[in-house]
Amino acid sequence: MTNYRYVARSAAIASRALGDETMIMSATNSTLFTLNEVASVIWKAADGVTPLDQIVANKICAHYDITLEVALNDAEALVEDLAERGLLLVSDQPLAQSSSSRGEAP
Amino acid sequence: MPGMTAVAQSSSVVVEIGGLPIRLRCDSPDFLRQIEERYTGYVGSPNNAGFDFEIELAPPGAVSQDEDVCVTWDSGRWLMKRGDFRAEWNPSTARGRIQQTSNPYSLDSVLRIVHTLLLAREGGFLLHASSAIRNGRAFLFSGVSGAGKTTIARLAPPDAALLTDEISYVTRRDGPYSAVGTPFFGELARVGENLQAPIEALYLLAKGPENKIEPIVGADAVRGLLGNILFFARDPEFVKMVFDTAFEFVNHVPVRRLTFVPTTSVWELIV
Repeated sequence: MTNYRYVARSAAIASRALGDETMIMSATNSTLFTLNEVASVIWKAADGVTPLDQIVANKICAHYDITLEVALNDAEALVEDLAERGLLLVSDQPLAQSSSSRGEAP
Repeated sequence: MPGMTAVAQSSSVVVEIGGLPIRLRCDSPDFLRQIEERYTGYVGSPNNAGFDFEIELAPPGAVSQDEDVCVTWDSGRWLMKRGDFRAEWNPSTARGRIQQTSNPYSLDSVLRIVHTLLLAREGGFLLHASSAIRNGRAFLFSGVSGAGKTTIARLAPPDAALLTDEISYVTRRDGPYSAVGTPFFGELARVGENLQAPIEALYLLAKGPENKIEPIVGADAVRGLLGNILFFARDPEFVKMVFDTAFEFVNHVPVRRLTFVPTTSVWELIV
């Protein structure tokens, strides 16, 4: 039985693509992060319902000259790092993108 | 009543920064006088206030001086606190309360926080920057403490109107991004002129061996701007607003690095 990992962008962030890069700001501590081109591909595909290995196979290996094993190792390291910083949610079950709505905007 | 005269004494002062009049009420006439003096040039009409704050003066020693600023959203109110003040503000009623000592600079901090909250909703912000108007256009000079904000303000030629040497007020209420004068000053210890002009450019300051201007684009421009925007609220929606505003700003206003030697010649480049 395969153990899938699902990744989803946290609701407690703000992000924008800028060329091939992605800038992310943590809403909890205002720290700013910049993702490179390949990391941005994973970030953009982190919809909570597509397993990480599928993202890597379809979005990375299909477009870059890299083996699935190496790319998956790199992707898992990236995902762990972003999860530790509170930017990504990781689960072995599909994730719904959460909302930060609180009714009235200040 | 025969035999008696009454002298009307105002129990409030309206401080208007960036076109946003805030009424400050207080029982202490002495403190209201301090406010009027502190915000000379920014005291608005007593009949016109969009926001209302009641100030309660705490006795000296009632508050500590070493607590960091904390701004949170709770049950429809912004709560603001630091060692020298406690404040709350309800945006839906436009009313708030401040408890502080009689130091007007504590009020300065509360007003800065309130303006960052108000500006964020309309795509504006306060920026660690000096700013000046020259030939009808505003120039911002941003950087951390020691970068040269006050220095460049001191070197400004006589035809430049100084808006601030410390905290610049950026609004896009009237269309293009504009800089507005503020009473918030740094080492210059002088309130800025209460004027407004469209922003021509944002310069990120660096000291160096020669005067030089280089364009900054993309992520570097956003990073440079975000690093100097004042925002205190650790609130996801607020952070997103500020983040989006930074991108909007760099899409509309040129961002440049200004390396300069501290002589008046630097202003020959600011045209």
